[in-house]
Amino acid sequence: MKSLVPVATVIAAIFAIWTLSVVPMNIHLTADLAQRQDIPVTPDTPQARQDVGAFALALRNPDIWGMTYVLDRPNLPSPHQVGAELYTSVFTVEPTSRRSLVYHAWVTLSATLLGFAIGAGAGILLAVGIVYNRAMDKSVMPWAIISQTIPILALAPMVIVIMGSMGIQGLLPKAIISAYLSFFPVVVGMVKGLRSPDAMQLDLLRTYSASGSQGFWKLRLPSSMPYLFASLKIGISASLVGAIVGELPTGARAGFGARMLVGDQYGQPLVTWAALFGAAITAALLVALLSMIERGTLRRMGMGAAA
Amino acid sequence: MTAWMIAIAIWAAGWWLNVRLATGPQSDSRLLSLAIPAIFGVTLIAMWQVLVTMLGISPVILPAPSDIAVQFAGSVPILIADFNQTIVKGALTGYVCGMIAAFGVALLADRSPFLTRGILPVGAFMAALPIVGTAPIFVKWLGSDWQSKAAVVAVMVFFPILVNTVAGLRETSAMQRDLMRTYGAGYWPTLRKLRIPAALPFIFNGLKIATTLALIGAIVAEFFGSPTVGMGFRISTSVGQLAMDMVWAEIVVAALAGTAFYGAIALIEKRVTFWHPSQR
Repeated sequence: MKSLVPVATVIAAIFAIWTLSVVPMNIHLTADLAQRQDIPVTPDTPQARQDVGAFALALRNPDIWGMTYVLDRPNLPSPHQVGAELYTSVFTVEPTSRRSLVYHAWVTLSATLLGFAIGAGAGILLAVGIVYNRAMDKSVMPWAIISQTIPILALAPMVIVIMGSMGIQGLLPKAIISAYLSFFPVVVGMVKGLRSPDAMQLDLLRTYSASGSQGFWKLRLPSSMPYLFASLKIGISASLVGAIVGELPTGARAGFGARMLVGDQYGQPLVTWAALFGAAITAALLVALLSMIERGTLRRMGMGAAA
Repeated sequence: MTAWMIAIAIWAAGWWLNVRLATGPQSDSRLLSLAIPAIFGVTLIAMWQVLVTMLGISPVILPAPSDIAVQFAGSVPILIADFNQTIVKGALTGYVCGMIAAFGVALLADRSPFLTRGILPVGAFMAALPIVGTAPIFVKWLGSDWQSKAAVVAVMVFFPILVNTVAGLRETSAMQRDLMRTYGAGYWPTLRKLRIPAALPFIFNGLKIATTLALIGAIVAEFFGSPTVGMGFRISTSVGQLAMDMVWAEIVVAALAGTAFYGAIALIEKRVTFWHPSQR
């Protein structure tokens, strides 16, 4: 907990910069609004204001700074506006309603979790195959590594449309994108983990005349756990990104991606920002959950001190 | 039925060849470790071609590799224009901006151990967030041309590079820093001659992670608005027109660009950190 104060300082600095940027980012909008309410603004025509930079305009009109923080459709909403929007859309609306962020979170989260389960499960199986089969290692592993350098997410719109034309809609197409994104990090991490026991440990098991499956369950699998959890944490945040991007191109009606798109198209920046923060909080919770499982598992295995 | 039999025969032949090569005496030679994955890839593409043409699968669902190749060869000018717009203007500009910003912040934070302790966990946390979701906001602020894509890319690559640079700058031991002090070296000479070289393996790790992120950011940001050129624009409009061969051609370009970008960074790393154990 030694790093608690520094972390709090950095976060406070980020929020301070955000709060300060609200004034110059919104000053042009605010000046127009103020003029309509007969509040004097220094260059008094909109055309003249267009030629003035944001900082200069802000310095000339200190009276309207307060208004920049409470615009309905700001360029940059202030932290308290985003917080209020998050609060109303999470706590004051029924979770089954379309206006509730919990509802949209669940739509995205269910695709994320289904895809993550498929991707991580398949990834672990393939990793076992790669470790035990030399031909598979030689032919598949280079592709698994190369595939990490490819922007796979660009496939998302195509997957959605292809599956839509085959009559499959809703959860599954998004889950497949999620699965695909979490698959390769898990394969690469798990192969590394299953290979982490050194020759001495493998030899020891051979002197015990352990069978192949005993070697797997008692040595290779346990020693791969730290690697597995590290790649699961990468995989789950990739899954969430995949599910969100999967919602973008089809005009999906529910989910974080759909909320961002709706806020963008109907000029409701607060909706976009709330969806963005909702997605960030969801990602943080998922990673935190995996960290907790990781800590518990490693402690029970007697590796708690190392982790 | 025959289509499936031919496909299975191709698979069996390819796999038999690979098993022979991989368990053979020279399986670790450089040539074979390139040939085996290549044979695997060719096998898959051949099966794809046979199944799609012989089963008469609609090109709207999955075009045959030959169709994709024809489309690719026929639309080279469009692909080059899209590549310039998305990769060169959007991804590369953003990558360089994000990288410079990350180095700058890392050097500033490095002066204070207090800030370093705060930035490492916060940066690692931010790197796990779905930052690509900021794309609609940047498109609204900076317009739909490449500037907004570069901004999204810069933010996406910033955190992984920052975290790795800050972690790398902590990498020298007290003994090494003491040695520099006995030579009478101040902060800047120590930084330039000891700590930056020691941090390079970490920095390149961050730079390599960021290459894929940069391409993803530039392509996905175009889904939120773009001029009528660009890879993300072409993918989303071609999907709308059910022109899947064009989509696949763009994906081939994206894959080649991604691999080349990563390879270029890895090559520079090999030249610059030749002394590191992982490169020898």
